[in-house]
Amino acid sequence: MWSWLFHRISGLGILLFLFIHIVDVSMLSFGPDVYNQSVTLFDYWIVRLLSLSLVVAVLYHAFNGVRIMAIDFWRKGSRYQRAMFGAVLVLTLVVFIPVAYIIMLPALHWLTQMPHSTAGH
Amino acid sequence: MNILVRIKRYDPERDAKPYWDEFRVDVEPIDRLLDTLNTIKWTMDGTLTYRRSCAHGVCGSDAMRINGRNRLACKVLMRDVGKKVTIEPMLGYSVIKDLVIDMDRFFDKYRSIKPYLITHDNEPGTERLQSPEQRAIYDEGTKCILCGACTGSCPSIWGNPDWVGPASIVNAHRFIFDSRDQGGAERLNLLSNKDGVWRCRTIFNCADACPRNIPVTDLIEQVKRAIVYGGPEEA
Ligand code: SF4
Ligand code: FES
Repeated sequence: MWSWLFHRISGLGILLFLFIHIVDVSMLSFGPDVYNQSVTLFDYWIVRLLSLSLVVAVLYHAFNGVRIMAIDFWRKGSRYQRAMFGAVLVLTLVVFIPVAYIIMLPALHWLTQMPHSTAGH
Repeated sequence: MNILVRIKRYDPERDAKPYWDEFRVDVEPIDRLLDTLNTIKWTMDGTLTYRRSCAHGVCGSDAMRINGRNRLACKVLMRDVGKKVTIEPMLGYSVIKDLVIDMDRFFDKYRSIKPYLITHDNEPGTERLQSPEQRAIYDEGTKCILCGACTGSCPSIWGNPDWVGPASIVNAHRFIFDSRDQGGAERLNLLSNKDGVWRCRTIFNCADACPRNIPVTDLIEQVKRAIVYGGPEEA
C-alpha cells in the first residue's frame, strides 16, 4: 500500500512542479532580464530544499514506475513486488545522495561563508 | 489476559451515526478473536451483532477489520492482537448493524463474471479430463471462500463502489484458466470494461487481507495479461 501511496503523492508533487516550471519558463516572454531575475529564486536555500523533494519525487516515481511495469508484464513480478519495493527505495536513496550534494553544495557554501540569517542566496 | 476490546457499533434503528463501544474481557492467549466476541455477546451485551458460522475459517462469514486489517475473526488469536484490539466492520460495504455488512453488491459482482463452467461443445458423455498440471494452473483461485476481505481492503473499491473488485476477478481467473472451460473470452471481455481489471492499481492490500493466502494481486495481473495477449498464457 505504501508503494502506491508514495507513487500517488510523488505524482501529484511532480505535477505541481510542472505548473511552477511553466510559470518560470513563461517569464522568458517578458524578456531576458525578467527571466534572469525570476530564476534567481531557485538559488534560495529554501527553494533548493524544495528542489530536493522534487528530486526524491521524480526518482521514486521513475523507479516505482519500472516496478509497476515489472509487476504487469513479468510473470514473477507480483511475487517479488516487496523485494522490488525495497530496491526502489534503495535506488532512490543511492541516486539521491550525489544529486542532493550537487544541489545543496552552493547553498551550504554561502551558509558557511555568511553565517547571518539574512543570507538568502 | 485482560484485554480492551473497542468495537465500532451502529444500529440504524437507534443510532444517528456509528460510535465506539468498549469492553474489558478476560481471555486466554490461544482464544480466537471470535471467542472473545462470543464472550461479549453471551455474557456482557447480547445486542452485539456479527456474522459467524463455521468458526474454522471455512465459511467466510466473519471477515472484519481487526486493528486496521481485514481478517477472519475465527483465525486471529488473542495473543497476536495486543493489549487493545480495535474491531470495525470492513470498509467498502454499507453497514447493516454493528459488524454485519451488506454483501449483496459483492455477490452481484461475483455473479456478473459468470462463476460456473461454460461449454459450447457437445457434452462428452464421459468425465471432462484434465491433467494435474492443467489443474494446478488455477489451483489458487479454487481456495476462495468469498469472505470479501480482499474487496473490502481495496482503496479502488473505497473510491469507486462500482468496481468489480478482487474477489470477482479471483473467481473469474478460476474459470478462465480452467482447460475445460470455454467461456474465457466472454469473461475477459466483461473484465476489460472500465470497471473491470484495470481499476486494479497493484496496491497489494488484497493479497495481504486474504485469509486463504491466495496471491490475489498476482491472479489479477494474470487476467490483465490474458486480456492484453488475447487469452490465458501457458503456465
Ligand atoms: S480471494 Fe481471499 S480474501 Fe478474497 S474473497 Fe476469496 S478468500 Fe476472501
Ligand atoms: S466463522 Fe466461518 S470463516 Fe470464520
